[in-house]
Amino acid sequence: MRFRRPGTAGAPAAADVADPGRGIELRGVGHRYGERVVLDGIDLTLTEARVGVVGANGSGKSTFARLLNGLVVPTSGSVTVDGLDTRTQVRAVRRRVGFVFQDPDAQIVHPTVAEDVAYGLENQGVPPAERAARVAEVLERYGLAGHADHPAHLLSGGQKQLLAIAGVLVMRPARIVFDEPTTLLDLVNARRVAGLIAGLEQQVVVVTHQLDLLDGFDRVLVVDGGRVVEDASPGPAVAAYRALMAGR
Amino acid sequence: MTLALYVPRASLVHRLPAGAKLLCLAALAVALFLLPTLPAAAGALAGVLVVGLAVARLPPAVLARQARAVRWWLLALLVVHALTTDLRTGAHVALRLLALVLAAAVVTATTRVSEMVAVVERLCGPLRLVGVRPARIGLVVAMALRFIPVLVERADRIRAAQAARGGSPRGVRALRTTVAPLLVQVLQMAHDVSEALDARGADDDPPRRRRRPAPAEASP
Ligand SMILES: Nc1ncnc2c1ncn2[C@@H]1O[C@H](COP(=O)(O)OP(=O)(O)OP(=O)(O)O)[C@@H](O)[C@H]1O
Ligand SMILES: [Mg+2]
Repeated sequence: MRFRRPGTAGAPAAADVADPGRGIELRGVGHRYGERVVLDGIDLTLTEARVGVVGANGSGKSTFARLLNGLVVPTSGSVTVDGLDTRTQVRAVRRRVGFVFQDPDAQIVHPTVAEDVAYGLENQGVPPAERAARVAEVLERYGLAGHADHPAHLLSGGQKQLLAIAGVLVMRPARIVFDEPTTLLDLVNARRVAGLIAGLEQQVVVVTHQLDLLDGFDRVLVVDGGRVVEDASPGPAVAAYRALMAGR
Repeated sequence: MTLALYVPRASLVHRLPAGAKLLCLAALAVALFLLPTLPAAAGALAGVLVVGLAVARLPPAVLARQARAVRWWLLALLVVHALTTDLRTGAHVALRLLALVLAAAVVTATTRVSEMVAVVERLCGPLRLVGVRPARIGLVVAMALRFIPVLVERADRIRAAQAARGGSPRGVRALRTTVAPLLVQVLQMAHDVSEALDARGADDDPPRRRRRPAPAEASP
């Protein structure tokens, strides 16, 4: 299965001692903002290639997603990715776990398309020639090759999200977390992004309100009130989620 | 809204290193002030147009847009000089400004932001000695260019949302009712952007410097 060899898609790790088979492990994880408990008592091992996360607004999905690459560190318990702790080895973790946010405008930090895709590679110290080749390859693959020198703000919403995703994929992370990647997109672009996600060789964790995005996933978590209340394949999990919401 | 931005072409001007182009721009400015005559200014303007339109093959609209942006300045210079000294001086001063504005436009339209940023980073290199990371300064420049149009668009959206609900304030009141919600959006966005920068390795060790051997790192 695809997820058995995520290490092959990963960037050459720094001086870390990653164990690619271990996946993402959460042990007794809780998170609070001040007094407010947002996540509580989460124990999970995520090794499946396709993991979905659903839940009501404010249930803690984004916080959960941010835990997976160290953007948020748990206030109790621990999160490790391939054995690397997000608290102490956050850089190594972020090299292994890419993150795509909901709003593409906030993720594009350079004025033109190719320059933005190159940004993460510059951070990794990839030499210019290799950088250019990798950027060109990714732009080609996601249909942005004709836009390499275009100003990013002139792209459509769908193209912007593709650009944001390209900027993450070019770094070749072994795993990618998406937080509502299709929420701001129209039907056509949402379908394109869904197709793109489906074709990735990396392990993928997707937070979404668009349930059809979860077709063909291996595992879906339902989050409610900061806890994982259902953990199953898409059919039963989505049914449980609907039942939960119907009771509100 | 568009800032003067890169126009891709396969031309000699485009291939010239960014540093060389900026140097030429500076040299032109110095020369025009050392040689304050009308023929010099007119000659410079003609030269800039030849380089921009014929050699770099930029669309005339790119240069026209820049000229339009300074038209009132040019007119004011012309009129003030015509009234206080003479028309010839006015024409000379206005042409000189126009030549420099268009020359700057040619440089920006033929140079990728990343190349420009690389020059800025090189110029800021000595600041490394006092602990400043030149790459950070370069990022700030690039992000300013990236986010100015985004902010303008957000401000337009706020005004449109207010107009849709019947609000169409003018003047100082309009400024106030737009600025407060815009500020809220900007702060939210700044937080989102900083997360995105983190996720893409903004705090990785800068390239060219040796990585610390120990994998132990503090979380930011
Ligand atoms: N930085 C923060 N400071 C304080 N509280 C926060 C912060 N971020 C999130 N929260 C709170 O934590 C709770 C969970 O937020 P989270 O963003 O994880 O929810 P979510 O499931 O992603 O919701 P949505 O579906 O609306 O995106 C919310 O009640 C939210 O108000
Ligand atoms: Mg969320």
